[in-house]
Amino acid sequence: MSEQHTNTAASQRGRVWFEALVAGGSPVAGLPDSVQAADIELAGRAARVIAVLPDPANRFPRARNGEVGLLEGWNVARAVSEAVKADADREDKRTLIAVVDVRSQAYGRREEAFGIHLALAAAGAAYANARQQGHPVVALIVGKAMSGGFLAHGYQANRLIALNDPKVLVHAMYQAAAARITLRTVEELEKLAATVAPMAYDIGNYAKLGLLWKLLDMEQADAPTADDLSQVRQTLTAAVADILSSPRDLSCRLGAETRAASARVRQLLRAQWA
Amino acid sequence: MSKNRLSDSFIELSARERARALLDTGSMRELLDPFDRVTSPWLASQGIVTQADDGLVVARGTINGQSAVVLGIEGSFQGGSMGEVSGAKMAGALELAAEDNRNGIPTLAVLLLETGGVRLQEANLGLAAIAEIHAAIADLRRYQPVIGVIAGTVGCFGGMSVAAALCSYVVVTREARYGLNGPQVIEQEAGIAEYDSRDKPFIWSLSGGEQRHATGLADRYVADDVARMVDTVRELAAAGVPALPRDQRIDEFLALLDRIDVDTQPDSARVREIFGKGVKA
Repeated sequence: MSEQHTNTAASQRGRVWFEALVAGGSPVAGLPDSVQAADIELAGRAARVIAVLPDPANRFPRARNGEVGLLEGWNVARAVSEAVKADADREDKRTLIAVVDVRSQAYGRREEAFGIHLALAAAGAAYANARQQGHPVVALIVGKAMSGGFLAHGYQANRLIALNDPKVLVHAMYQAAAARITLRTVEELEKLAATVAPMAYDIGNYAKLGLLWKLLDMEQADAPTADDLSQVRQTLTAAVADILSSPRDLSCRLGAETRAASARVRQLLRAQWA
Repeated sequence: MSKNRLSDSFIELSARERARALLDTGSMRELLDPFDRVTSPWLASQGIVTQADDGLVVARGTINGQSAVVLGIEGSFQGGSMGEVSGAKMAGALELAAEDNRNGIPTLAVLLLETGGVRLQEANLGLAAIAEIHAAIADLRRYQPVIGVIAGTVGCFGGMSVAAALCSYVVVTREARYGLNGPQVIEQEAGIAEYDSRDKPFIWSLSGGEQRHATGLADRYVADDVARMVDTVRELAAAGVPALPRDQRIDEFLALLDRIDVDTQPDSARVREIFGKGVKA
């Protein structure tokens, strides 16, 4: 089983990219160490960059390696909704950029007991609300975008951008747990993932589903070069321009042949609706 | 003759029967019904038999005489899991309901949530569909109530528990379980000491319907009875949208998180102390 398909140690990817993007910006105060946000200028427009990061001293032991837990969900919601409130009377709403390297949601007793599902909903709804209010929202996937973590932090974005790199992956569940739930072996799952695109873990197969807006080749995804950073900034800028001239829903994700059924269901529903 | 108890049970009904019961009598019209045969394009190649409605019932009709759509997940097909087609049926119907509202037709939605979340055999397409369901609920709930019903017996987990949390109102029964991670997944990821997936009383004490209602994470706690469920949904449909969705009470919940003990594990009583309505009063 290869490393990136399992739930292993904390990744520094998110921190490296967050710090590179916000250099010279103003940090947002009042957040825990596991949620970082900063306001920057991107090609003449204001933007708030938000990341969920590993914090070995997190009060909640099950959320120390970059998982989205109770604190993270509610604080991402706060970082997003404060920007929405601050820009309420402005026409040029600031861009929100989610830097995504989330290994999963937090799995734990405290988390279930105190409603982690609501904490994730708070973050996702905050991004959705920002999108509805006219903020361009972009997700930059630099590492793992797993399951509930991604639903809370990134999947509500107008545009999804990912680095084309072996450590970048999007999925619903790690293989060991997925095998247990579906009563298969890990080997069987690996064999299926090789032929069934939505079951694969790598970003190349994910790109076939038509959900990504751009997939970017990097020189050094772990330690971005000046060229890497400049390419990412240009792509973020282009995404904002594209968003500003398009509908603010998620309809741009429906074009791919691999996802033809998602579009067909909507056509048939519309025909039968009234 | 004594009344047949089973005929009154809501939980015993299929998704289609639940939808019919909740809509005004005679008003139900099913969209993309089993005869349309829009099935999952991903299951046959994995040796899994498809179902002609992919386990999701889209029922148009009225509630209290008002335009409504009931989206019923059939928990007996693949654990109520959300695949590409079932997910698109729910997202697409919610998108049309929001569009109705923008066109001056106030349409509300009821979601019957018996689901383990993403259908792992369609993994990333299930996850993508759930993100679209979240987007559509967040859109529609600005205009009209979106009512989530978790009756049992499957429960509501994974990304669909997040969908439930986004609903204007959540209705539960004693049989319902409602939480993010299924017990088996927590045990797999965190170990049996953290969460014992075979200890049913423990699981219900933290994620069961009664506890979720007592801790303010569900809005109505209803007996497993068709007439009471119908009355509850009608009452919530008539109540309009809440002033502030639960997920937007950010400062309040962040203050509660400060009170959570990190040296000991919580039991249901401790959660009620911190989240329960009694403490706030």
